[in-house]
Amino acid sequence: MNLERRVRICLESNALSVEETAGDITVTVPAGRLVDSLMALKEHPDLKFDFLSDVIGIDNLDLFRKKKGKGKAAEEEPPEKKVKAPPPPRFEIVYLLLSLESSERLRVKIQVPENDMTVDSVTSIWRAASWPEREIYDLFGINFLGHPDLKRLLMWDGFKGHPLRKDYPLEGKGETRRLVYEQEKIR
Amino acid sequence: MKIQGYGGNGWFITKMEQLINWGRSRSPWPLPYGTACCGIELMATMASGYDIARFGAERPSFSPRQADVLLEAGTITKKMTPVLKRIYDQMAEPKWVIAMGACACTGGVFRTYSTHQGIDSIIPVDIYIPGCPPRPEALLDGLVKLIHKIEKEHPLRKQAQALLQES
Ligand code: SF4
Repeated sequence: MNLERRVRICLESNALSVEETAGDITVTVPAGRLVDSLMALKEHPDLKFDFLSDVIGIDNLDLFRKKKGKGKAAEEEPPEKKVKAPPPPRFEIVYLLLSLESSERLRVKIQVPENDMTVDSVTSIWRAASWPEREIYDLFGINFLGHPDLKRLLMWDGFKGHPLRKDYPLEGKGETRRLVYEQEKIR
Repeated sequence: MKIQGYGGNGWFITKMEQLINWGRSRSPWPLPYGTACCGIELMATMASGYDIARFGAERPSFSPRQADVLLEAGTITKKMTPVLKRIYDQMAEPKWVIAMGACACTGGVFRTYSTHQGIDSIIPVDIYIPGCPPRPEALLDGLVKLIHKIEKEHPLRKQAQALLQES
């Protein structure tokens, strides 16, 4: 049985969509059912996706703006279609899974709308998710519920902003860091 | 530079400053502070092929307290700037700084939110070495230039001025 069918059987109604691009399968699951779905993919005897390679954040700001009706693309669409289509969520998180037994790979995607930036952490399944989730928290500002130590990974603690968001300027907003000695702090 | 002075059998008279500069310029012990790709070129310069020891930089000091030259080779991120400043502050006088590579000099190709644009806004720099990365020859040339700079210094000027004012 091919991978797509096995994934569909395993996830049942949790598989919102299953797409194939260049031989790689991407399955979108509801953000609320993320932990259940990943657990099912890990435990299912026909799949055994037991290894988490990476967790990636995506900011779809340009797409998001276009579909919302500000861009050219939206104007060309017929009006009734524009009303019906829900605005796509701005952020996405992709989990890259690998089965060490069969060497098969799978992408699991969830969508994170801008007004609800909290996602369940998958550190309860894979401890390896800890640092990638911290990175996404740092650079995209998405919160992970149940993460054991959610703090910035790459930028320093007092940093404001989330640099990988598309609306953040490439050269930053003039943030600097300065060495402050203990005596100076007391004064 | 040849030391100027008079000598005979078992004695030699010269200026104190010259003696001090002679000692300092012939043992500029570096603190290798490689933070990115330039660090690899620094390693090549220290290894036997280019042998930085020929110029007196015999022993890399991994403690700032025993180092004379801070050899900053690589990108300095904004997160790293307090660390660099602290290391420089920990070095004992006299101390010199070589900024190796485009990143250390100006931020290089990384004109981004995370990269500090040139270390000379944090610590004073004596020698800038351009290149991405500079070849070992360039680093050695920079070191020789620093040695010439050390030879021209006046380490006793402050003391001399204090003495003049007293008298
Ligand atoms: S100057 Fe070039 S080689 Fe040196 S640290 Fe920067 S990017 Fe790397």
